[in-house]
Amino acid sequence: MTSLEKDPAGGTTTATRPILEARNVSLSFGSVRALRDVDVTVAAGEITALVGDNGAGKSTLVRCFSGVHKPQAGEILLDGEPVSFSTPEAARAAGIETVHQNLALVEDLTVWQNLFLNRELTRFGMLDRKRMRTEAQKMVAELAVNVPEVTARVRRLSGGQRQAVSICRAAGFSSRLVIMDEPTAALGVQETARVEQLILKLRDEGHAVLLISHNFDQVMRLSQQVWVMRAGRCVAGRRTDATTGQEIVGLITGAIPG
Amino acid sequence: MSTAATGTPAGTTALSKGSTPEPGDAPGRGRNPVVARLTDVGFWADWAALVGLVALVVVFTVLDPSFLSSGNVTGMLSASAALVILAVAQTFVVATAGIDLSIASVTTLGIVVLGQLYVADQPLWVCFVGAVLASLLAGLVNGLLVAKAKITDFVVTLGMLSAASGLALVLSDGQPVTVTEGFFFDISLDGPVEMVSWIVVIAVVVAVLAHVVLYHTRFGTHVLATGGSPEAATATGISTARVKVAVYAIAGLLAGIAAIIIVARLGSTPPAANTSYLLNSVAAVVLGGVSLFGGRASILGPVFGALLLTVLLNGLTTLGVSQYYQPLSVGVVVVAAAFLMRFQK
Repeated sequence: MTSLEKDPAGGTTTATRPILEARNVSLSFGSVRALRDVDVTVAAGEITALVGDNGAGKSTLVRCFSGVHKPQAGEILLDGEPVSFSTPEAARAAGIETVHQNLALVEDLTVWQNLFLNRELTRFGMLDRKRMRTEAQKMVAELAVNVPEVTARVRRLSGGQRQAVSICRAAGFSSRLVIMDEPTAALGVQETARVEQLILKLRDEGHAVLLISHNFDQVMRLSQQVWVMRAGRCVAGRRTDATTGQEIVGLITGAIPG
Repeated sequence: MSTAATGTPAGTTALSKGSTPEPGDAPGRGRNPVVARLTDVGFWADWAALVGLVALVVVFTVLDPSFLSSGNVTGMLSASAALVILAVAQTFVVATAGIDLSIASVTTLGIVVLGQLYVADQPLWVCFVGAVLASLLAGLVNGLLVAKAKITDFVVTLGMLSAASGLALVLSDGQPVTVTEGFFFDISLDGPVEMVSWIVVIAVVVAVLAHVVLYHTRFGTHVLATGGSPEAATATGISTARVKVAVYAIAGLLAGIAAIIIVARLGSTPPAANTSYLLNSVAAVVLGGVSLFGGRASILGPVFGALLLTVLLNGLTTLGVSQYYQPLSVGVVVVAAAFLMRFQK
């Protein structure tokens, strides 16, 4: 914590202290330079949006945060401390949870089994099914608006309910940063609204959220900070209340150089 | 039919309702929850193995009342023990969306190793440990080739089918060993209670342990997750490779235990691969409602499936049906069961 206080947090564009920071992060796949000197910060207690065209490098950057990829240059700081995640497990252990685009749920398992997947509670080496069910009930009831039955198999859930389960899983287990890759891409209007409420609730409970979205209205509605990526670079950062959807679009397409 | 009705009422309801065509029963739907449930095809699909087992027992008893004599029941239970264990073994592999085609050959390898150690005048426990270790090792090789070398399970276990049966022939020089050990007669003929021999007890213990492992341990959940969605399992940090190595190793271990049981029943160590165990283990798994795509499994289902197949073969034999019809009947039953699975809930 002392090192954090020494850290010049005021030097970033975000208002509050950053929980996660990427400094000069670069990553190439062969001759493709997916990320070039990317600087991005994610503030605690805020929803930070990451926008950009397809192939701009958003997902690659996020995968560096969640331990899937390792940057070839630059560093990632968590609470001001340089970190290097060799596996997604390591990132999760450090409190960075990812809600995957493909949801990463096992359809034939129940909601509670999915919530506790690879984090099962045991008693004398045996699964403590009862306690997991009760805890799952609590996790779901606290967050979700349209509460799915925790004993139901995921196969039976609607798209919105599945997304709620994924978000619950990411929000539980005292995670500090929740990364969401297009959380409402496959959802209808009502379900999108419910998931957005869930994202806001997550922030209000103190989680930092990094949101990848193609929906500019959503970005303007939910986020406090927007980072714009173009061709592997982070071209601009704006406070959401100081920008417009039009400016963001301009930054994404390159009409505004940034 | 009337004699059977007094004997097993559940079985007769099953039979009469099952044989009634679906649409004809439609008016009964909604009138009574029990009737509604019985007219739901999904219910029959979920309990196909048990329903089929009861139905077969009823039919064979009607055709030949001596079918349920204590001698025949004792014989059927003992005959089912090895298949029950192999069906459980196959279930673990199939639950991860894999398949073990080598299971019968690996059993034969265990049988031969047991025989060779026995001929070499090793103590009985050394023979047992040797048999189990040989089969376990073969299973482990399967698992490593599937999970680490990333070769398709079908090809790996097909290769092991050939390799293990070849090794069994090499080790035994193609000759069976006669095992005249009192212990074997004791475990296959005696038991704790009437009609239940010790080898049946072993099979029951294996099935109960397998059920506990599958439903009450983290490993069991990870097996189902690996089969249900490898992507999701990996995303939550489960090592699907480790799970796969483990299930093939378990299959090998159980094949070794089945080898001991088979030797106990036969009193000799036939070196030729008994391929019917392979087909029947897969058949029992299918009859038991386990999804061949992985992720959905139970232990009770395949156990009932194994009992059903044993009852089917035993019943046909007691009725004097030619042996040649047995594989045909197994084939028909399995495909019919697979068809019924399409309506599974």
